Amino acid sequence: MNTLTESTLEAEQASYDFTLPAGEGWSNEILRGQTFRIVDLEGNQAADTLFYDLHDPADRYSAQDTIREQENIYLTTGTRLFSTRGNALLTIIADTCGRHDTLGGACACESNMVRYALEKRHMHACRDSFWRALRLRGAEWEKRDITNNINFFMNVPVTPDGGLTFADGISAPGRYVEMRAETDVLAVISNCPQLNNPCNGYNPTPVRLLIWD
Amino acid sequence: MPELDPSLIRFTETVMPGANWSHVLKRGTTLRVIDLEGDGNVSALFYNFELPSERLNLPDTLKCQHIAKLTKGACLYSDMGRILVSITEDTCGWHDPLTGCSNARNIAAKYGELTYQQARNEWHRNAHDGFLTELGKYNLGERDLAMNVNFFGKVTVDDLGAMSYHPGSSKAGAFVDLRAEMNVIVVLNTCPHPLDPSPTYAPKSVSLIVWSLPPVTAADTCRNSCAENERGFILTERYFQ
Repeated sequence: MNTLTESTLEAEQASYDFTLPAGEGWSNEILRGQTFRIVDLEGNQAADTLFYDLHDPADRYSAQDTIREQENIYLTTGTRLFSTRGNALLTIIADTCGRHDTLGGACACESNMVRYALEKRHMHACRDSFWRALRLRGAEWEKRDITNNINFFMNVPVTPDGGLTFADGISAPGRYVEMRAETDVLAVISNCPQLNNPCNGYNPTPVRLLIWD
Repeated sequence: MPELDPSLIRFTETVMPGANWSHVLKRGTTLRVIDLEGDGNVSALFYNFELPSERLNLPDTLKCQHIAKLTKGACLYSDMGRILVSITEDTCGWHDPLTGCSNARNIAAKYGELTYQQARNEWHRNAHDGFLTELGKYNLGERDLAMNVNFFGKVTVDDLGAMSYHPGSSKAGAFVDLRAEMNVIVVLNTCPHPLDPSPTYAPKSVSLIVWSLPPVTAADTCRNSCAENERGFILTERYFQ
């Protein structure tokens, strides 16, 4: 792990280039063979991400299938992102951060009340952004489609005795992760608005999203 | 095993090796799961009976209690900040929330295929298909799958993130008590743990006891295991107000 792999792709050649502000949701199709890059522009910004089979969204990213297949809980170059049916949706092909989390889930108003204080319900949270991004795609989407996500650039170490913490990030300005779509997928991102823990360095910032044909 | 007062027992049942089971576990009752032979595995999912879109959320469960294992004192949270079940007793010590379940592909790769026609009820079943079969009985389906728990499985993670399964961590007679804090659809099966290195398909049976447990008190172990769980119990109690 922590083998940093750079990409040779140039941003100028990308067919899609969008900067997603902090706290916003986003969704887009990524077709088989295309390359998708997420850039942590200002450093320590969690990009909460879900993937679905574009043509059959009941088959979607599975955190447990992904970590079990590689018998390692951290995602980095070489990790294949598996679906609930056991299909490889994408493969991580470049990573200048080193490792990414898929056990920490997405923040929610309700989980913030448990984790921090009952008075935190009002604070903007990832699952609200996920839901907005999905419902804007059509009435067929339901809350149950918000499943367990990847947190790119987030550092959630697990200890040998079974502890888990949200630690300071290991990302930095300009670091990125890049993946190749193995099938046509829908990507959904919540650019995390969390202010209660160090996952965004207490300062949520934009991420840049690029796609190459 | 501490003897249960027989007057508290509602019913008992044995889940055969590789079989499915489900039940609407009522708030105020507890499900005791007993690993009869040792080295068993129980893959399990949990849903709010009244509104099943609310279901077990293991990331929320792990991060709010700062744990990557489940044992006595831990609570299993839904995505709505409420506690579905809490672990009030555990003689095993480590249950796996990380690895997910066996599926047709990994069972066939490890043990080969064995159909019902060939082997009748000794056939090679897997937890993924078992979940889908049992979820269908509640009008739930593939989109309702979530990260599952493997009771009696121990999986540790080293500093580089590598996962290791520890065979034999659950001894014969080990049990875990799951107290329902809501009315909960429990869906489980006894297929092998997906990282079990045994080269033979040899799932184990488990014994279940559904029994009545006195209501949660202010001195409750699960409620007091961390400040987060106290808030989780408050939110769960508000649901029933």
